[in-house]
Amino acid sequence: MSVSKRTLLLLQILVAVVALGIWHIGSSVPILGVYFLPKFFFSTPWDVAARIVKLFSGTLIWKHLGITLTETLLAFVIGAGGGVLIGFWFARRPLINAVFDPYVKMANALPRVVLAPIFMLWLGLGIWSKVALGVTLVFFIVFFNVYQGVKEVSQAVLSNARMLGMTEQQLFRHVYWPSALSWMFSSLHTSVGFALVGAVVGEYLGSAAGLGYMIHEAEGVFDTTGVFAGMVILAAFVLVVDAIVTAIEHRLLVWRPDAAGRNV
Amino acid sequence: MPPDIAISLEQIDIIYRAQAYAGGGVRDGGPARAGDYHAVSQATLAVKEGEFVSIVGPTGCGKSTLLNAAAGLLQPANGGVSIYGDLLSGLNARAGYLFQQDALMPWKTALENVAIGLEVAGVDPAIARDRAEHWLAQVGLQGFGLRYPHQLSGGQRKRVGLAQVLIRNPDILLMDEPFGPLDAQTRQIMGNLLLSLWAQERKAVLFVTHDLEEAIALSDRVVIMSSGPKATIIGDYRIDLARPRDAMDVRLDAGFHAIHKAIWDQLRGEVMKAYQGVSP
Repeated sequence: MSVSKRTLLLLQILVAVVALGIWHIGSSVPILGVYFLPKFFFSTPWDVAARIVKLFSGTLIWKHLGITLTETLLAFVIGAGGGVLIGFWFARRPLINAVFDPYVKMANALPRVVLAPIFMLWLGLGIWSKVALGVTLVFFIVFFNVYQGVKEVSQAVLSNARMLGMTEQQLFRHVYWPSALSWMFSSLHTSVGFALVGAVVGEYLGSAAGLGYMIHEAEGVFDTTGVFAGMVILAAFVLVVDAIVTAIEHRLLVWRPDAAGRNV
Repeated sequence: MPPDIAISLEQIDIIYRAQAYAGGGVRDGGPARAGDYHAVSQATLAVKEGEFVSIVGPTGCGKSTLLNAAAGLLQPANGGVSIYGDLLSGLNARAGYLFQQDALMPWKTALENVAIGLEVAGVDPAIARDRAEHWLAQVGLQGFGLRYPHQLSGGQRKRVGLAQVLIRNPDILLMDEPFGPLDAQTRQIMGNLLLSLWAQERKAVLFVTHDLEEAIALSDRVVIMSSGPKATIIGDYRIDLARPRDAMDVRLDAGFHAIHKAIWDQLRGEVMKAYQGVSP
């Protein structure tokens, strides 16, 4: 399993070239008089690329991207904030946790998409109904992680901190809080991803702006090229967000053996 | 009680309750009920100011339990713990505790881990850091301040732990098999480090170990615990080897062998009992 970075990159590019090649041939070269990837359903790589270039030469795409990014960030911040607070509260108050446990499980098991219509009724077609959908996704991930983080502080570390003279408040700041945060950050990729899913699905189900709206609009007029262009932009957007999250993670979890990249 | 007795355990009983949470952990007194584990029974031990006492006993005999009682982490069901003549309630604020397990905060650097004991006591952070640098140097870790615990070896982590405890200048040091997980050479080096630090400022030390040689090499007194349950102190030996000692060289001393033989003759019986208890 020891492949050099360059070979790996070449292989990765090869996968893309092969996939694009199959797509191109299937949609533009008739085989025995038949296109096995008809243009109407699959568009072509060139058309999609041309559409993306055209979109980015205009200004509208930036507005859509901006809206989706805003929704994602708001959903993440509100959901993570709520998850941290409630997670802490539940972990430190076993009675509260015991009382609410079945309801938390129930709410978490609910497919969040069914909430989208109700959020739209409550909050309208603007960004807030999408933010709410993202929050319901992010909240539970962060909540469970913070809860676990507070519960699983090593007993030795805790006893040691007590023997070093820490008060309850200081234990919170120096022991529980960093432990919970580390668990939260370890779920950062998932929670940011879910914030984005909430935003895009919300836009798709009803809105007037954003990447999800763009894709939905194209689909409505059977504009396959537009749908594919939207998907490619969305995928690239996810990669950029993920890279930023990775950078943040490396900075914040430098003390962790795996995240620090040393001692791996 | 004379105040020069740093730690005094008076006929303490420690019972791990099967229904731990009903009455608030092990806090409740009274006799052992069905299902409870009567770990320590009628144990009496006094450690004088500046005295280095080791507790030796077979595996699982309740050595650490006794130490936790002296730290205030466990409340005895019967009997009392006095620290410098005052009955202990809550945590023992005059003691520093070096744990067997890794107890450093993994999210703090070595320097931050050492400084924290002063910072939480309200010392100015800049001064706390200066003191922490000094203590890291004392344990031989100058220049390692910015490392995180996972970037240190097991022995280095123990050194940080030692600095973390000593920076608060406790009157009493409680040590629970602190060098247990280390390899033999590192243990002896750590033993010498501990002796040299202790020689500078003689604190009362209660040191738990399963290694009799280590106990004799370091201590003024070695006490023997019987095997559990209902473990108690069954032997008390004065170690009259000259100080300052070298934890390695002292093992070659003729006096060392005589003491070792005397203690081992008693300890062997308890160790065998402990093993018969667990093996078929």
